[in-house]
Amino acid sequence: MLVKNFFKGGAKVPHFKNTAECETVKMEVPEKVRIPMLQHIGAPCEPCVKKGDTVRVGQIIGNSDKYISSPIHSSVSGTVTDVAPMLYAGGIYVTTVEIKTDGNQELYEGIKPPSFSNSNEFVSAIRESGLVGLGGAGFPAHVKLSPPSGKKIDTLIINAAECEPYITSDYREIIENSWNVISGINIIMEVLEIDNVLIGIEDNKPEAIKEMTRVAETDDKINVVKLKSRYPQGAEKMLIYATTGRKVPPGKLPADVGVIVMNVNSVSFISEYTKTGMPLIKKRITVDGPSVKRPANVEALIGTPISEVFNFCGGFGIVPKKILMGGPMMGIAQFTLDTPVLKHTNALLAFDETKAVLPKEQACIRCGRCVKACPMNLLPLQLNNNTIKENIEELNKYHVMDCIECGSCAYVCPAKINLVQSIRLGKAQVKQAAAKGGK
Amino acid sequence: MVLDLVIPTAIIGGIGLLSGLGLSIASKKFEVKVDERVGMVREVLPGANCGACGQTGCDAFAEAVVEGKCKSNACPVGGQEVADKIGEILGIKAEASVAKVARVMCSGTYESCKQKYEYKGIEDCAAASTLFGGPSACTYGCVGLGNCVRACPFNAIVLIDGLARVIESRCKACEMCVASCPKKIIRMIPKSNEYTVACSSLDKGAVVRKNCNVGCIGCGKCSKVCQYSAIEVQGTLAKINAEACVNCGECMKVCPTKAIKKYKCEL
Repeated sequence: MLVKNFFKGGAKVPHFKNTAECETVKMEVPEKVRIPMLQHIGAPCEPCVKKGDTVRVGQIIGNSDKYISSPIHSSVSGTVTDVAPMLYAGGIYVTTVEIKTDGNQELYEGIKPPSFSNSNEFVSAIRESGLVGLGGAGFPAHVKLSPPSGKKIDTLIINAAECEPYITSDYREIIENSWNVISGINIIMEVLEIDNVLIGIEDNKPEAIKEMTRVAETDDKINVVKLKSRYPQGAEKMLIYATTGRKVPPGKLPADVGVIVMNVNSVSFISEYTKTGMPLIKKRITVDGPSVKRPANVEALIGTPISEVFNFCGGFGIVPKKILMGGPMMGIAQFTLDTPVLKHTNALLAFDETKAVLPKEQACIRCGRCVKACPMNLLPLQLNNNTIKENIEELNKYHVMDCIECGSCAYVCPAKINLVQSIRLGKAQVKQAAAKGGK
Repeated sequence: MVLDLVIPTAIIGGIGLLSGLGLSIASKKFEVKVDERVGMVREVLPGANCGACGQTGCDAFAEAVVEGKCKSNACPVGGQEVADKIGEILGIKAEASVAKVARVMCSGTYESCKQKYEYKGIEDCAAASTLFGGPSACTYGCVGLGNCVRACPFNAIVLIDGLARVIESRCKACEMCVASCPKKIIRMIPKSNEYTVACSSLDKGAVVRKNCNVGCIGCGKCSKVCQYSAIEVQGTLAKINAEACVNCGECMKVCPTKAIKKYKCEL
């Protein structure tokens, strides 16, 4: 075990890993699932089923011919009751397939373990599985696993840092399925010819470090790296620096420094998939927060309405004021409990009024704490000012597009200025200006 | 004694004479010819530097007009009056310009349109729109956080009950608000048109009804009653053709949701 570099900046956030010892409980099949055609970064899928069709578990219900995209599978067996647009978090409408389940969970006949002999076949099999990065961002895994030609990948980094408070879904994967993780790693190592694997785990999860070290003991190519607990340790660029000491230049990808980063859940899924051929139809979710009666780690089918997930955990003890999909630092607030569980949902958190209300913004006292906290070495206060002024030139000068939206700046700000929210807007302004200029 | 006075005076005077000569030569040699008409055009412009003409300000516009890069009626703030004056200065016939006014194609206030969540983020329509299309139940309507209010150089837009309203007497048609609105619901309409469909929702009628009391449900009553075929229902949204409309007001009378309005906002 090694303790490696320590990235600059970030924020010390409380851990609240209340559900760490909660074993994963499987949720029953819901009556109805809603599966949106966009559950990844990239092009949305086109539905290939229509109203009235019967579908089975694992059947492809949406696909796209674009490269950066990932097929969507049915998580249940039943009848399609509706194919209609549904409002999505980004404020856009996404075609959503609604399926009424029959409860039999019949398997689709086409499901069989994939066979592959070279990396190309492996990558297309991964695409077929519908795997996206399960850490939270949802980047299609097959794109990650096919580095541009000419770029030699020498290191595979397994992301088990799980730096967001509350979330324990990666931790549970290690504790419950450590051998799956190892076999998934072995498959990727073999196919992509990688000789060095580093598993990054924060030091607030000693059990996970112990478990991974135990199962990886026999293989000297796989090493567990103990990381200091600091948010955002699990961000790709921070993790690469912390484990290998390599810095990904602005605007470049991990492949440019010879690295692939995969979430621990993703590699574990790859191992399962090669054994059974079952595509990505379920997800482990941490359900927690002061409002939830029985916090738990729940394995839910994709498309399950979050209301059912909360009901499964005993419902709400205190009336929730804010419900987050994802962690408290980067999660997205939801306005309805009809929202379905998505491929990359890793937590559902419900907060009562005392925790949900944001403190009032005050004037900047120019203390520079946001500058210190920014892991990307940006100047959040300058970006905020230039966003208010809509000064695209200055925003670019201060590298607004390098912001990873981790929220450390807003977290540490003593004046409680909504820095990250403002910078996100600034990024949108720059993108808009670029689109206008390109016309 | 006399020399003590004469010599310095002569030296200073000589230097002055030499520099003067140099300057006068330089001014002849490096003279930048400025068209005097630029100054004259600049005089008649409103001087708001709003940039609505597409130039960086009134100075740049004056230059562009004289050079023929801009049309004489390109200043929307000045309107016909300024266009005529510019035409006079340049000795050309001014092109006709239609006086326009900005109108918010939404009438969803806090009372009439449901809110789907309480928004606590930064006061910016674009930022709020990125979270499920904004706090209002209708994803097409006014967000009500005032991007247009801040963009308007003439203080012609006010926010009342979560809806942006244009004070028409102040509106100079510079179109700054049109560009600032993330929902693209502010449109430029000829000032002579009194009636507007104050809704932009592309939702189906039933959904509009559920979300908002004053939305257009696309029932088509207005287009049937209009004798001048000035209203067309496109999809689920009625649209008034500004050229054909004669301001009879029949459409407003039959509209079941009162989405068609005689636009008026004065303070």
